[in-house]
Amino acid sequence: MPLSPLLFIIIPLAAAFLVVLLGRGRELLGYIFSCCSAFILLFASVSALVFVHRLPSHIFIYNIGGWVMPFGIGLVFDAFSSLMLVVVNLISFMAAVYSLRYISRYTDTWKFYSLFMLMIAGLNGVVASGDIFNMYVFLEIASISAYALVAFGTEAQDLEAAFKYAIMGAVASLFILLGIALLYSYASTLNMADLALVLAEKPHGFLVSFITALFLVGFGLKAAMVPFHAWLPDAHPSAPAPISAMLSAVVIKTLGVYALARVVFNILGMPSKALYVLMILGAVSMIAGAALAVNQRDIKRMLAYSSISQVGYILLALGIGTPLAIIGALFHLINHAVGKSLLFLNSGAVDHAAGTRDMEKLGGLNKRMPVTAGTSLIGSLSISGIPPFAGFWSKFLIIVAAAQSGHLILAFIAVIVSVITLVYYLKFQNKVFFSELLQGLEKVKEVSLSMNIVVISLAAISIVAGLMLLPSLRPLLERAADVLAMGANYKDLVMGGLR
Amino acid sequence: MELYLLCLALFSIGLYGVVRKRNIIKIIIGLSIMEYAVNLFLVLIGYRMHGRAPILAKDQQILNMVDPLAQAMVLTTIVIGLAAIMLIVSIAVRVYEKYGTFDITKIRKLKG
Repeated sequence: MPLSPLLFIIIPLAAAFLVVLLGRGRELLGYIFSCCSAFILLFASVSALVFVHRLPSHIFIYNIGGWVMPFGIGLVFDAFSSLMLVVVNLISFMAAVYSLRYISRYTDTWKFYSLFMLMIAGLNGVVASGDIFNMYVFLEIASISAYALVAFGTEAQDLEAAFKYAIMGAVASLFILLGIALLYSYASTLNMADLALVLAEKPHGFLVSFITALFLVGFGLKAAMVPFHAWLPDAHPSAPAPISAMLSAVVIKTLGVYALARVVFNILGMPSKALYVLMILGAVSMIAGAALAVNQRDIKRMLAYSSISQVGYILLALGIGTPLAIIGALFHLINHAVGKSLLFLNSGAVDHAAGTRDMEKLGGLNKRMPVTAGTSLIGSLSISGIPPFAGFWSKFLIIVAAAQSGHLILAFIAVIVSVITLVYYLKFQNKVFFSELLQGLEKVKEVSLSMNIVVISLAAISIVAGLMLLPSLRPLLERAADVLAMGANYKDLVMGGLR
Repeated sequence: MELYLLCLALFSIGLYGVVRKRNIIKIIIGLSIMEYAVNLFLVLIGYRMHGRAPILAKDQQILNMVDPLAQAMVLTTIVIGLAAIMLIVSIAVRVYEKYGTFDITKIRKLKG
């Protein structure tokens, strides 16, 4: 690999440490540190993606400390994890650049940057790690810094939301840990590929089903799957806008969807009951999230409910489990990450400029904030699935895959929810940007240049991301989907990569 | 086997505390109980009857040893749990400053 794979963890950890050490009282230093390291990480992740796809086996394994993998801890870069790394680091770079002006309303911003880098270290670790306990440790690093970041404003609402999030998240982590402990007692190994190897040889009794259920609950809580979603609509709106963007776009997907997919598909070998549960709960999440989003007045709260609904699409597609559906799921994951982070950053811009996020008190901002209005329109249309934008293609793939595998009712539900999504996004556009300019908003100004550049680039990405389906770029998605679709044969891929 | 079931019972008691109690401090206590249950379970699965620590030394043969990996995992989870509980307790203190109560049914500024 062109850069050492350990840098994915070392750079953000070192940045977090240095910001604490040097950043106190120097607002700009923390910003520069986090932007630089996020940029290096983005560069490193793109180069890792290219590198992995050029290898004949499409997998790269880095043995930490020279201990070969079943005995030591390894970082595994396959097509899926390297794609996920690019998504994580792209969104975190955007959020880091955006933070400068927005975060200046708070005191002690160096703490913000430090926690932010710590969260990125956790996320990168979760994606790259090839060891399930190591993954749990990184998951906790990311979660704990996310709890702290939600509480960053220290207003009453922020604290309440952070408390709720922290309790639910801690319970989820304990479920995951209990699952890992049981898995270890059953298979006597913690390495993911080795676990798949041992589990494939042993009979799957009640214990493995119980472990699967524990993981579904734990990761389902982290991914805000519907019976476990209660924390998300509080936690995501209460955080500062760059963090809301990170939480909705990356954190629930990495800690929830990615980790769940890894465990259910590659370790447990796609048990059909677990896939069925994922499919049903995904469909329920889609419906419930969309239904609850329609009547929200707070922009960020509406976006948070929309996240539940869109993550439902991803889980539904993963549950269907055909290669086409998995491609759709991964593609929707990327599109939703880009579109939702764009919309959360824009909601932050509206909040920053107009001083409120209440849709009833906003109106006609498209003349005052043209960039924000235009990019929001693109993000909204992309997420609701309107043809030229990337979100359409991923939803289309998911619906086609659902119909192909014989789940016509689910395909129908997916179409209906897509229409509802369009309804509430159009309502949001209409109320905030297109209606008459309300009194008291005449002096609203467009936000600063750095914020505008970020949202314009995200909007551009959500337009061109549809090109990922072109034959020359499609292997990026196809190989990543293959890693999941091969199920427990993942062990052979990893063992082949070790040689 | 009984010990494992005892761990599960302890875990369930903690979960009951988190889900059913209204006082935030009691919720946090429930969370700690859950965490202890998992830690205890991890130690138990690494334990062998009359086993000893697998430290390699001259003139010693260890025939029956406990699993050191599970113990290393427990140390890690204790530290992680400490960080999580500390953060949650400090948030709880700030919540009390803002709301003046520990009752979660009265801490309801967020709608929905």
